Amino acid sequence: MFDALQTWLSSFLYDWLAILITLLIQAVAVILPVLLAVAWLTFFERKVIGYMQIRMGPNRVGPKGWLQPIADALKLMNKEIIFPSQSNLYLFVIAPVLALAPAIAGWAVIPFDANGVVAADINAGLLYVLAVSSVVVYGVVISGWASNSKYAFLGAMRASAQKISYEIAMGFALVTVLMVAGSMNLTAIVEGQQGGILHWYWIPLLPMFFVYFLSGVAETNRAPFDVAEGESEIVAGFHVEYSGMAFAIFFLAEYAMMILISFMTAIMFLGGWLSPFEGVPVLGELLAWVPGFIWLFAKVALFLFIFLWFRATFPRYRYDQIMRLGWKVFIPVTIVWVFVVGAMAYYRVGPWFN
Amino acid sequence: MTFEQFIFYILTTVAALSGLMVISVKNPVKAALWLVLTFVSTAGVWLIAQAEFLGLVLILVYVGAVMVLFLFVVMMLDINVATIKEGFTRYYPLGALTALAIFALIYLVVGPSRFGLEQVSSPMVDEDVSNTLSIAVPLYTTHVFAFILAAVLLLVGIVAAITLTLRRRPPETVLYQNIDKQVKAKSADYFRMVKMDAVKKDADLPEEEKD
Repeated sequence: MFDALQTWLSSFLYDWLAILITLLIQAVAVILPVLLAVAWLTFFERKVIGYMQIRMGPNRVGPKGWLQPIADALKLMNKEIIFPSQSNLYLFVIAPVLALAPAIAGWAVIPFDANGVVAADINAGLLYVLAVSSVVVYGVVISGWASNSKYAFLGAMRASAQKISYEIAMGFALVTVLMVAGSMNLTAIVEGQQGGILHWYWIPLLPMFFVYFLSGVAETNRAPFDVAEGESEIVAGFHVEYSGMAFAIFFLAEYAMMILISFMTAIMFLGGWLSPFEGVPVLGELLAWVPGFIWLFAKVALFLFIFLWFRATFPRYRYDQIMRLGWKVFIPVTIVWVFVVGAMAYYRVGPWFN
Repeated sequence: MTFEQFIFYILTTVAALSGLMVISVKNPVKAALWLVLTFVSTAGVWLIAQAEFLGLVLILVYVGAVMVLFLFVVMMLDINVATIKEGFTRYYPLGALTALAIFALIYLVVGPSRFGLEQVSSPMVDEDVSNTLSIAVPLYTTHVFAFILAAVLLLVGIVAAITLTLRRRPPETVLYQNIDKQVKAKSADYFRMVKMDAVKKDADLPEEEKD
């Protein structure tokens, strides 16, 4: 579709201008739905946690409260942005941008359906997502330092230590996926899982599935790993000095990252856009008409629900417990599993290693 | 000038300028952040050279991990910039001479007379083989011993760093948590339910409180 657009545009424009316009349209086509999803994910979160705590959640703005995110956005845009005295102004302003930009850049390589529905189908997609998600920490660290506030600084320190710890486990989990799939291209990883629910990578990589998702929860600073913004200890952590839209951008980045992690988990372990009923006698044919992205979105919605479920269920981890879980539990498990996957690949176990 | 050349010159200019800023800004935290920008633009140059594995690993390892830890340390330092800059003019000629000498050395070894398409032909790039594979194959075949040696050296470095900073304290002075014991704890181990009346009977009270 975009190739056709580009050839049509280049028939009357400069080539580079045609490429630029096509790239911009592609970027908007990916980023706009992500930001809308973020907006209504906040609504979903408040409703889900509300029902879990036996209350209604937001229900005043629009039918059943569905326009609540728009009201929130309008409110945040009208608020004054306060710059603390003695703060480092340039870094203070650039920090939210550094938080949001990588969270959105990661979407460039996410495939949404078969036949190349992806903005950039690059070879090293897996590595790209890992690299991009490791850069998100700069927004947190710089905001904490530039705010010139002790609470914000403590939050930044906690966040950077936590993210680096969990990135190692995350990286090893991706290494095992790479070993099974034999490719870093995300489309190729999904295509390698063809053939029904038993062919998906969550079975040979079951511990990695959990390690990756939980590390993802820690990476996004979500409860129960949200010590970086622990309200009871350090007020709001790294974004305590931010107000209005500057604060909202941190919020956007966190939720965009949540959705990105959910997409990555669904793509790497739960077969991406593949139907779970593939190869099942009757149901498989009955549901063959369902387009792939519906399945992908259903899996992503499941993981997002689990994110919210965690938040409503678990108390916050203590800092030393977080470090123990990351370094003494997750990293040893992942290192052992790299060798297990190597052995499984050598003996060609199951339908996964062929 | 092609579009790729244009991008290349932008990235190299940014890399060079931000490298200059690293050594010229006063604030150490800002210097570290300029260094991050240098890394990012260098990664961009590698991406243009079709070395996407190297470019992404540079971002992942140096930008995502090393520089964050570096910032972590630098941010907590309370450096008095004035004392560091002390004697700058006094040592300036010596420093300039050293810099010139090093530049001359580098120019002799990797100057334009040694590089460029006239001296080294551009490597054959196979469209089907990814950059990751073309790095991995020589790394694990012809250069495997050097690779393992490097890994062992890194391990020795880790062990040395931990040994230097490890502070053993006698277990009787420090309370350690036994996580297994904590996880296995049952409420019955710590609570004893006692059945008793809500109001004490008159007979149980001490003599002076009886009415």
